[in-house]
Amino acid sequence: MLRLYATVAAGGFRRYATYRVATAAGVFTNSVFGLVLSSTYIALWDERPHLGGYSVDDALAYVWIGQALLTVCGLMGGGFEEELIERIRTGDIAVDLYRPADLQAWWFSANAGRAAFQLLGRGVAPMLIGALVFGFTLPSGPGGWAAFLLAVALGSVVGFALWYLVAMSAFWLLDGQGVMQVAWLAGLFFSGMLLPLNVFPGTLGEVARMLPWASLLQVPADVYLGRYEGRELAGAYAFQACWALVLLAAGRAAQALATRKVVVQGG
Amino acid sequence: MSSTEPFIHLDGLEKTFTVRRRAGLIRREKREVRAVDGISFGVERGEMVGYIGPNGAGKSTTIKMLTGILTPSGGRLRVAGIDPSRERTRLARRIGVVFGQRTTLWWDLPLKDSYRLMHRMYRIPDARYRENLDRYVNLLDLGDLLDVPVRQLSLGQRMRGDIAAALLHDPEVLYLDEPTIGLDVVSKAKVREFLKDLNGERGTTVLLTTHDLTDIEQLCSRVMVIDHGRLMYDGELAGLHGVGESERLLVVDLERELPPIEVPGARFVRAEGPRQWLAFPAADSAAPLVAAVAAAHPLVDLSVREPDIEAVIAKMYGGTREERRESLR
Repeated sequence: MLRLYATVAAGGFRRYATYRVATAAGVFTNSVFGLVLSSTYIALWDERPHLGGYSVDDALAYVWIGQALLTVCGLMGGGFEEELIERIRTGDIAVDLYRPADLQAWWFSANAGRAAFQLLGRGVAPMLIGALVFGFTLPSGPGGWAAFLLAVALGSVVGFALWYLVAMSAFWLLDGQGVMQVAWLAGLFFSGMLLPLNVFPGTLGEVARMLPWASLLQVPADVYLGRYEGRELAGAYAFQACWALVLLAAGRAAQALATRKVVVQGG
Repeated sequence: MSSTEPFIHLDGLEKTFTVRRRAGLIRREKREVRAVDGISFGVERGEMVGYIGPNGAGKSTTIKMLTGILTPSGGRLRVAGIDPSRERTRLARRIGVVFGQRTTLWWDLPLKDSYRLMHRMYRIPDARYRENLDRYVNLLDLGDLLDVPVRQLSLGQRMRGDIAAALLHDPEVLYLDEPTIGLDVVSKAKVREFLKDLNGERGTTVLLTTHDLTDIEQLCSRVMVIDHGRLMYDGELAGLHGVGESERLLVVDLERELPPIEVPGARFVRAEGPRQWLAFPAADSAAPLVAAVAAAHPLVDLSVREPDIEAVIAKMYGGTREERRESLR
């Protein structure tokens, strides 16, 4: 079975690799947004140095990590859910259902392949551009990079689990657009894409840092910046892993309900 | 499973959907729709059966129940002794499905990638996989297409690609839901020829739904007609003519314009200059009729037109629709 899902993941990787122009366009967009956000952050940190405990260099690194992880962790859309929703809406999901394979594991694998490609294709280039232009904070040695990549991997699993749950709603709602937009807005705000969650004031900040979206960017960025060590680092991973498990389980439950509904009611 | 049970066995199979409709501002009206309303039939191993009916007759619902992705509301269903909805995954390894309007292939990737996926998904032994792939690539003319992304294939090419994908794991039964829909004449012919060989050489049981009666005429010795979720006819294709009381047409070209021909066993339909149309029961032989006409009239040419099965079936459906309307009153 593992070989099947490895093949699915490899296919997911290569599917996205075939769209070179789209990838280049994505890199360009990420870089432009990175530049815009960077100038905003420079102005902000100029007014309020050490905002959220970040130096300007930390804040700039945060911006470019955000651009790099945008598609990898699905901050504002995982890249697979639209396809899945479309398959549910058109009934093509029937083809997926009669296969001797698990629906969630299938899409998980395909998404893992996609995320791996986008880390290389859309993650590395903006980071390089940002680092060359602004010279922001870098992790301390290979160990720091490795710790960061593990946090990214976990973040991408949480991202998948969130968007899978969103996609499952299409089994009940004729039009998934409303849910998609709410999820998109929540992602934009609570992932810390606009402003790091450490900067959020009071209770709002405390709550935002507990939500699953914090796993997507805030935690990987803080691991990158070396703000966790030893037990704290393990705690950060555990936070991500817990959300991953909870959301994957919720996705499975939704899938079971949905397939039963489809199987009994015909969708 | 008793040894005498047919390979595919439906006994009083039912599927009822509950449809909720808005009736007023808040009130919802529940209505039951019987998509499949007590269908019984058996298909033996190696048979090739056509399953036809108008849109919404319940064909696809039946196929979905046969593959196990839809649970019957009533009745009994067994495929190879397996209850499909209970053991969907186990059954999936023994069946192949082709949905004409959907694809199982990976849209953005070369065709061969999808086959590699089937290899893993159905855990096909390597040697068997290579042998089957070679065979179907050869028979379905896919050699030049293996490296082409599926999205670049024509509909006919994609359909052949899908059929191969459904067969790599040597399924014992193949369900085809409108396999020739939208295909051009050449592609249709290729697909039909292939299915005929598959059934003949490998003994694969085939159940196919279609709107194209030529599919049925060329492939299936047995046809089942379904309408309103009920089986209206189950038997040989030729027998449909009897049910629909169809007629064949004898088109006669005479030397000159003549009064309507009167011969026993035929009915004058119309005339256009020297050409006349005579109708006679489809089950009767044309030979004595031709002889009778030729003996009494100066003939230039003649031809026999087979009854339009589509018309026959339309007649059948029409009949049932009216009966329904009657019963509703």
